[in-house]
Amino acid sequence: MTKRIVVLGGGTAGTMVANKLARQLSAPIGNKEVEVTLVSNAEKHIYQPGYLYIAFNEKMPEHFVRKEKELVHRNVNLVFDDVVRIDSEANKLVSDKASYPYDYLVVATGSYPDFDSIPGLKEAAHDFYTLEGAIKLRDALASFEGGTILLTVDVPHKCPAAPLEITLMMEDYFARRGIRDRVKIVYTYPINRIHSLEPIARWAEPAFEKRNIIAETFFNLEKIDPERKVAITMDGEEHAFDLLISVPAHKGAPVILNSGIGDETGFIPTDRYTLKMEGSDNIYVIGDATNLPISKAGSTAHYQSETLVPNLISRINGISETAHYNGKVACFLENSLHDASMITFDYTHPPQPATTSELLHWFKGVYNEIYWLNVRGIM
Amino acid sequence: MSEPTVTESVDARGSYCPGPLMELVKTIKSAQVGDVIEILSNDEGSAKDIPVWVKKMKHELVYRKKVNDYWKIAIRKKH
Repeated sequence: MTKRIVVLGGGTAGTMVANKLARQLSAPIGNKEVEVTLVSNAEKHIYQPGYLYIAFNEKMPEHFVRKEKELVHRNVNLVFDDVVRIDSEANKLVSDKASYPYDYLVVATGSYPDFDSIPGLKEAAHDFYTLEGAIKLRDALASFEGGTILLTVDVPHKCPAAPLEITLMMEDYFARRGIRDRVKIVYTYPINRIHSLEPIARWAEPAFEKRNIIAETFFNLEKIDPERKVAITMDGEEHAFDLLISVPAHKGAPVILNSGIGDETGFIPTDRYTLKMEGSDNIYVIGDATNLPISKAGSTAHYQSETLVPNLISRINGISETAHYNGKVACFLENSLHDASMITFDYTHPPQPATTSELLHWFKGVYNEIYWLNVRGIM
Repeated sequence: MSEPTVTESVDARGSYCPGPLMELVKTIKSAQVGDVIEILSNDEGSAKDIPVWVKKMKHELVYRKKVNDYWKIAIRKKH
């Protein structure tokens, strides 16, 4: 009987997993022993790190968008549908028009900025966590001629380094436009330093000082008054802005919240080594959808796929699962529009930023193109 | 004296980015006033940072203790 592997979610994690499975299981798929189905609710695939470059008008939005069907291997049965519920008792996904039974399920439903998480956020704040937001921010920055730009950060959010990166890139952007002296850049962070990771905070602090970027710590945004252009924090203080850029708290996908398998914010309790949903032997979770206390980032999904895919293939072949995820994550850290650092870390090795260089910025630019091979499961 | 009942325990061991304190900030937002949140962390920096954040944000540090090679830190949400 055909074994059915269903992948839910067509972002980085889901597309990569489906493609890797298709490439590595081509014989059993050809013999109808295995079927790989990818169910996605989006026909467009967006490379989300591109939002930073869109915001600074470095690349047009189309540069970071492909059709999902052009990325997916011919051995994958690609379906576009809105799954509303995961029925883990009956081993099937349910949408308004169909149901998708599975033997093994990979949940790759991602995370989403919640613009309703803070009163006034939707009306007053720009963002760089959506394609539409990045385009609007690009236009707002392009017409900005001076004043205070306030950046706020809420948790959890994907790509924990991005708020620092956009701040450092923005400083360079206005310097290049010759109006840096007219722009006050205020970066804020909820805890006692400018990044939760001490090595990253130490990496960024000298740049902040040298480039006159103001940092405010213990900044926990509670509400925004769009009329008065004021951000109000937990301690009751008011912070005026001319342009507000916010990183909203993220939530899991609605399908997770609807299925009762996630925590209160829609992230799924997941075993940190096997990537199985807690309490399940045939549901795996990958990428932003997990509740693991590690970075929600594309590289996390990539490294997790190197555990999840071999283990699924082992199961198909009747072999015990032997791969364990070690918590590996890798991130570039843009320092400006022309240089960058990078970090790698795992559950037992803290990160140490590499020396900032133009070469690493160039490498990031190259990766932005290599991504399309990576998501096809080729690399 | 017996320890208070922990409402939610977050295993943030192995969390370097965003880190145990950010896990706490996230968890405390959705908790109820009076709830006790316990964080497990193997990060020495967080063992220092969490009490500082808790004091600044006017919550209550219930305990902070080292168990083998990791820290157990509990916070009561006060407002």
